[in-house]
Amino acid sequence: MTQSPTLSRRSTTSAPAPLRKSKRSGADARAGYTFLLPWLLGFIALTVGPMISSLYLSFTNYNLFEAPKWIGFDNYTTLFQDERFLQSVGVTVNYVIFGTPLKLAAALAVAMLLNSKRRGQGFYRSAFYAPSLIGASVSIAIVWKAMFGDNGPVDQGLSIFGINLGGWVGNPAMTMPMFILLTVWQFGAPMVIFLAGLKQIPNELYEAASMDGAGPVRKFFNITWPMLSPVIFFNLLMETIHAFQIFASAYIISNGEGGPAGSTLFYTLYLYLRGFSDFRMGYASAMAWLLVIVVGIITLIFFRTSKSWVHYSGDSR
Amino acid sequence: MTTMATPTQSAPDAPAPHYNPKSESAGAKRAKSTFFHMVALALTAVVLYPGLWMIASAFKPNSEIGGANTSLWSSNFSMDNFVTAMEGIGGVSTLQFFTNSLVLAIGAVVGTVLSASVSAYAFARINFPGRGLFFGMMIATLLLPFHVVIIPQYIVFQQLGLVDTYIPLLIGKFLAADAFFVFLMVQFMRGLPAELDEAARIDGAGHARIFGSIMLPLMKPALISTSIFSFIWSWNDFLGPLLYLNTPDKYPLPLALRLFVDQTQSSDYGAMIAMSVLALLPVLIFFLIFQRYIVEGVSTQGLKG
Repeated sequence: MTQSPTLSRRSTTSAPAPLRKSKRSGADARAGYTFLLPWLLGFIALTVGPMISSLYLSFTNYNLFEAPKWIGFDNYTTLFQDERFLQSVGVTVNYVIFGTPLKLAAALAVAMLLNSKRRGQGFYRSAFYAPSLIGASVSIAIVWKAMFGDNGPVDQGLSIFGINLGGWVGNPAMTMPMFILLTVWQFGAPMVIFLAGLKQIPNELYEAASMDGAGPVRKFFNITWPMLSPVIFFNLLMETIHAFQIFASAYIISNGEGGPAGSTLFYTLYLYLRGFSDFRMGYASAMAWLLVIVVGIITLIFFRTSKSWVHYSGDSR
Repeated sequence: MTTMATPTQSAPDAPAPHYNPKSESAGAKRAKSTFFHMVALALTAVVLYPGLWMIASAFKPNSEIGGANTSLWSSNFSMDNFVTAMEGIGGVSTLQFFTNSLVLAIGAVVGTVLSASVSAYAFARINFPGRGLFFGMMIATLLLPFHVVIIPQYIVFQQLGLVDTYIPLLIGKFLAADAFFVFLMVQFMRGLPAELDEAARIDGAGHARIFGSIMLPLMKPALISTSIFSFIWSWNDFLGPLLYLNTPDKYPLPLALRLFVDQTQSSDYGAMIAMSVLALLPVLIFFLIFQRYIVEGVSTQGLKG
């Protein structure tokens, strides 16, 4: 077992060094794995094991009652001819592509508004954060469905301004905007993170820029954006990955069916239906693995491209 | 990710950068401030409207909820919807659903706090071979869509005869499966001075002693954040109970709500919304009591809501 440098630094006590060191590191290894045991067990039994078996299942036909039957890549090839699957991909991609940037834009705009030493800042921050805590719950999904129902308060409110959209919940063209509004409404969590990032930007930068005659737009693009870019990156990555996994709201608002006309058939909802109401476990496993691969690729792309726009200044902390 | 992970709960009102040229007159300052409050208040109204609408509707008769009613006020406010909502659904009282939710949430808090703090101590304070590798894997699970594990997990629990029990819902909590909490605690512990445990080791204390009598008491803020968030996440969890629980008398509130929606099919909107309010009540109370902690936790550890 190798000696780590920190350990030898620690053991500068009176005892004979070499003996103490090896004893110490052996004891440390034992203690380390003992303390790590809960996580390690969970990691193996609840993450790695299931991941491997779902990879295997994705190449089989399995209905939970008969033994899995190996069918090679059939599940994957069938997926790409399955219209409902393709629709669920479309719905989810739309949601991620439009919902996430809008949510983050709202979060950043409000964070910049709140980033000043004014009274009431704490109140606003808490009020805007509250929806993030409850937004994904069943309760809010029920409320959203009621509010956006045909002739519901939202429809009525808009008609005052002469806007008639023909309902939201029952209208395939309007369900996606309804879900995007639901996620944008939860802008509070990324906003709070942006706000913490904005507070780290030294005020002198803005003062110097003003001295040089820079306006608010130039200040935003030349100071705020680059200084905040690590936080923007963090929020973008986390929000994108979360957006792919929307489930409870979709299930409740569409009565677990993904309607009307499949317009709310989110990826995870379709996966759930295939796996747990049709009991096509192999098929659902293939869907799950495709999701992992796609999320993995997106994460990789984010990290690769981040080099060109994310700036880590050495002394930013 | 690391940029967000300031280990300590920072002082709530750190001096905010506020650019204010001296040339600005008092009048302009006041105008700016008025503008700020107008925008912020308008936004507050929009953001809080769904919540207020929900609470108001819970007290309204059915005839006033749908249709042409955007108003938050009614002259017919009553508790009737709550009376109906408390009766429950499927022969099970709402109080039972509350109890079930509470049992699950408390189990989640206890399990998460125990397992995450112990595991985090290993990552943050003990040197052992493979630590870096395991830490990297733990971080990777933060980004992993959990859907990839639910099917095999379900199959295993089904074969063990554990479907329709709380075990599948709680076992992960006791095995630190919510990596976010492990990460949060690792970051927090790294911010504590290393001299503390070095001194204790010189005095002959082992890891168990150092963890129990030095680290745990100092980790209070991280333990509180973890408890609050694991409670709320468990309370709002829908997919887990939906997969594993079949009999209504074991349902937590979110599942009971779904049953309510299914069976009444929006014929009794008022009671449905009243029950939604009841289901959110503990979360809202938590938020009002701990809002400083919650919002600070988000801003310093990048926790999601």
